[in-house]
Amino acid sequence: MSVLLEARGVVRRFGGVIALDGLDLSVAPDEILGLIGPNGSGKTTFFNVITGIYGADEGSVTFDGTDITRVSSRAVYQAGISRTFQRSRLSLPLSIFDNIMIGNHKRLNQGLWFNLVQRAGFKREFEESYRAARTLVEVFEPQLADRMFEPVAGLPMIDRRRIEICRALISAPKLLLLDEPSAGMTHDETAELMNDILLVRERNKNLTIIIVEHEMGVIERITDRCVVLNFGRKLAEGPYREVAANAHVQEAYLGVA
Amino acid sequence: MAGDSNKARAGLWPGLAAIGLTTCYLAALLAAEQQDVIIALLALGIAIVVGAAWFGLFDGVSRSFAEREDSMGFFVIVALVALGAYFHEDHFILLLVVTVLLYSVATLGLNIQFGYAGVLNFAGASFFGIGAYTSAVFNTYTAVPHLIVLLIGGLLAALIGSLLLLPVLRTRGHYAAVVTIAFALLFKTFLEVNDVLGGPQGMQVPAMNLSGWSFNDNIEIGDITLSFYLNYFIVSVLLLIVAFGLVRRLERSWIGLNLDALRLDETAASCFGLNIARWKITAFLIGNFLIGIAGALFGMVGGFVGPNNYTFADSLILVSILLLGGIGNPWGLVVATFIVVVVPEKLQTIQEYRFLLYAGMVIVVLLFRPDGLLPRPVRRYFPGWRS
Repeated sequence: MSVLLEARGVVRRFGGVIALDGLDLSVAPDEILGLIGPNGSGKTTFFNVITGIYGADEGSVTFDGTDITRVSSRAVYQAGISRTFQRSRLSLPLSIFDNIMIGNHKRLNQGLWFNLVQRAGFKREFEESYRAARTLVEVFEPQLADRMFEPVAGLPMIDRRRIEICRALISAPKLLLLDEPSAGMTHDETAELMNDILLVRERNKNLTIIIVEHEMGVIERITDRCVVLNFGRKLAEGPYREVAANAHVQEAYLGVA
Repeated sequence: MAGDSNKARAGLWPGLAAIGLTTCYLAALLAAEQQDVIIALLALGIAIVVGAAWFGLFDGVSRSFAEREDSMGFFVIVALVALGAYFHEDHFILLLVVTVLLYSVATLGLNIQFGYAGVLNFAGASFFGIGAYTSAVFNTYTAVPHLIVLLIGGLLAALIGSLLLLPVLRTRGHYAAVVTIAFALLFKTFLEVNDVLGGPQGMQVPAMNLSGWSFNDNIEIGDITLSFYLNYFIVSVLLLIVAFGLVRRLERSWIGLNLDALRLDETAASCFGLNIARWKITAFLIGNFLIGIAGALFGMVGGFVGPNNYTFADSLILVSILLLGGIGNPWGLVVATFIVVVVPEKLQTIQEYRFLLYAGMVIVVLLFRPDGLLPRPVRRYFPGWRS
């Protein structure tokens, strides 16, 4: 089995608290991996370590054959990993289009001369990017595609989630990290959002996803495999049904009967 | 906006009417000399603006400006030239207008730093002063052409400002602001003890001279005498046009987007590949460059530069213009500069209370219009562009 992302013995401490305690985890290309576990078990910390927001105290993370343990968030993004955040981190005063373009950073020409002087070239790139962003948004919600230049601040939670996911997808990453996409949404809204994500993946075959989620229905429906964390360690691993039946997992979630 | 692509383009007329009325009003206000007339005019102006806002008359105007910005910009230039022509022999009023134009350029620079990149700079007046001292030194001791001196003024302001880069990048928010305040105080002390730059007495700045065209001579055309300030007026208008265009293009590009993204959420921005330091530095340097150029020209206009001209208090005025006009909106900045520079100058009765007036205005604006007189609209990369 080939491996896209591999974490070996990752340790991350915050003072006396050990958030990740020698975590080993690997993801195969094209896989959808569910990352579950009780609150505080280290799921989001793991995302933050992968994306370079926190450094790992020990261990290593390899992505697509290169070591990304100690590289910056920028380099992680350049390598092809993008993410969403548990608490939405859109730039609220900016328009839908602007927010999505923040995610497109690596494919936009950032030269001063190009941006300030070569306006014809800039306009071409702008129109291309507009079409790409619009096509992507249409997958999620066709009505939003007509409101590309409205500020995000006025939109309901579900639309903000959609835009956040579009922002992560626009640069065609190899690996998408979804941090609790269902937070703050109803059951039906979550189901709709998941369908849209699967649809995007359908069109774009080589997209690997790691999803952190508390809603087990979502995990059951979309993941190929699950990893259960508890106190920063891997408690169980396997298809959802198998993992859910595991006595240790039930104990971690529900306490000892 | 949904369905807005079906509507016709916004008309020119609301914008044109607003420009015309504003120009006439400004001419009347600038020409008025008696205090009671000025007070009446100011009250009238406030009443008209509040009334027009009440009846929604500004919607058409803002649509004209949003969608036909190039044409509107052209008519604003025409209006400025008309103002200049109308006051062609009045030294004082032309000096006042030139001050407004150059302060506008400086606040445009500050706007790139604070409005877009979120880097507070409380040393704006110091960088303005660096420009002015540059013209003093270069015009006195060298034969460098004066247009080049303006550029050198900008470059030196950017260069000396780069001393602040390390502390500004290593601190955030209020702490970065404190670093710039410290710089402003150090700068003033440095000038006071430095005899080469005239110490506390300051220096004379020789007038601008472009290949024989001396800016300190009145222009005689037949029987008409034009004030020598008209020379500076022309150069200042040109400088403002260039600076305005630069800021506009910067905002309407990926760079403007980068600056907004890092101001609003550095962590998210760096997760999408933004080089935070690179863009903060870019914004800080371009901003100081504009402030420095404005200062260099202002030094030549005034003919004199001293440590007390460019103090922390003046920096605060520049920042208050930014807050008043609407952070991030260049049109708002120009309007706010007019208000902040012209009103205290015309209202001689309040001279000593001018800081009270500034403070009052800023508080009122923050209370009732927290985004400034003309809040910044959502970015449109190409005004009037339809998909």
